[in-house]
Amino acid sequence: MGIKPSEITDEKTYLKRREFILGAGLGIGLAAAPFMAADARSILRHTKNIGGAPWLGQAIDGATMGEPSTIETPTPYEYVSTYNNFYEFGTGKGDPASNAKKFHTDPWTVEIAGEADITGEFTLEDILTPHPLEERIYRLRCVEAWSMVIPWIGFRLGDLIKRFKPSSDAKYVRFETLYDPKQMPGQRSSFASIDYPYVEGLRMDEAMNELTLLAVGLYGKHLPPQNGAPLRLVVPWKYGFKSIKSIVKIEFTRFRPRTSWEMTNPREYGFYANVNPEVDHPRWSQATERRLPSALFRSNRLETKMFNGYAEQVAQLYSGMNLKRDF
Amino acid sequence: MQTLKPAVFVLCLLPLAYCIYQVVALTLGYTHQLGADPGKAIVKFNGEWTLRFLLLTLCVTPLRQMFAWNRLAQLRRMLGLFCFSYASIHLMSYMTFLLEFRFNDIAADIVKRPFITVGFIAFMALLPLAITSNSWMVRRLQRRWKTLHKLVYVILILALIHLLWLTRSDYTEAAVYAAVGLLLLGHRIKHWIQTREVKQSQN
Repeated sequence: MGIKPSEITDEKTYLKRREFILGAGLGIGLAAAPFMAADARSILRHTKNIGGAPWLGQAIDGATMGEPSTIETPTPYEYVSTYNNFYEFGTGKGDPASNAKKFHTDPWTVEIAGEADITGEFTLEDILTPHPLEERIYRLRCVEAWSMVIPWIGFRLGDLIKRFKPSSDAKYVRFETLYDPKQMPGQRSSFASIDYPYVEGLRMDEAMNELTLLAVGLYGKHLPPQNGAPLRLVVPWKYGFKSIKSIVKIEFTRFRPRTSWEMTNPREYGFYANVNPEVDHPRWSQATERRLPSALFRSNRLETKMFNGYAEQVAQLYSGMNLKRDF
Repeated sequence: MQTLKPAVFVLCLLPLAYCIYQVVALTLGYTHQLGADPGKAIVKFNGEWTLRFLLLTLCVTPLRQMFAWNRLAQLRRMLGLFCFSYASIHLMSYMTFLLEFRFNDIAADIVKRPFITVGFIAFMALLPLAITSNSWMVRRLQRRWKTLHKLVYVILILALIHLLWLTRSDYTEAAVYAAVGLLLLGHRIKHWIQTREVKQSQN
């Protein structure tokens, strides 16, 4: 077992954290947060209660520090949880946070289907129980050319896949988000170009990669609904839309699944969607990104790195491929 | 009623006042209502108000004709100039906050990104209309003034395409603006056909 982040906090950081909590109490914490979030691990552990299943909360509390984790300054919780693309809850960046407040994530079931020995409907508890949780701090790069740094709590997707014993015919993994227009106003829109439910997919070797996570929490707490509670994918070397939220189905397939954005607009969004500064999106350049939060006159512009800086872990997955064509 | 124009003038300033309030509050560190990407929020806010003022300007003549409310006519130039003002703020905040005056990138955006290309053309087309909006120019240009200001219909189409092309997935908002815009264009076409018929019957 590793050491919990709270156990290695030195006094200086602890005092900073106390300042943060006191600041938040006085209503000025928001302004100070960007400068005080240097030790972001579990900073919110004592300040926020998002809801979600109690047993899951206990599991999240028991999370250990995982590697790899970036040492970059994490994006403050207030921004991670209020600036979201989750079109099922509206297209404005703040819409998911306001519209997903009452989203039911407990009880939750996940269907495992397709080319595997073990398939069927499983409760979230069945899905999660065998897996010890860990905290990993990853960069998240959106296709819209902004990025964040997020401390996720989760476990390796590869460990889950092994439990269900996919057959040799299982070449891809297909994921599906909940379809529930009653709870998800975006799914009721007559002018939505996405054909819901939202679908994403990975090649089997991408799914088995050590970086690929299934996340259940962030900042030491349950995932807020707007961030994809109770179970979401995290694929840090691909654009954010690959990291599908609120998963209800995982299917092992022989053929490459048709994913939502690829079907909606194949010229702009590819199946692989690897972060690549050399392949521009038709509507914006991908050479740079703005690390949020940005200030008005200091936009935090950074050079975008190939595979979002995770080339060491994933470049070999694509050797011999033309990434300009298979974008 | 002498108060109509000043009252509308003050109303038209409200979005700008709200925007300035947000910028000042943010600079002083008080509120975070603009979210994680305040620059983009300001660009979007002013872009929306540009389109709203464009539609409001184009409402004046149909409303005046339908309700014989001729006093409305005095508002048309002012609303048009507010449309131009919000368009200028939209463009300036895009260059300041999002591109930070890296001129190479601005040029690349205008050439390579279709939604920015049409937005930029729409703004360039607004310029001559704003310049020729004063009474002296109206007198000087005479009949040609009317012809020149028909450009506003082209600008409307470009602005709607700009919005349509920057939309990623849900077209509800774009559809509402387009519906209002097409209704206003339709009114012109109907009016034009009717006056042509009258002229023909007089011949």
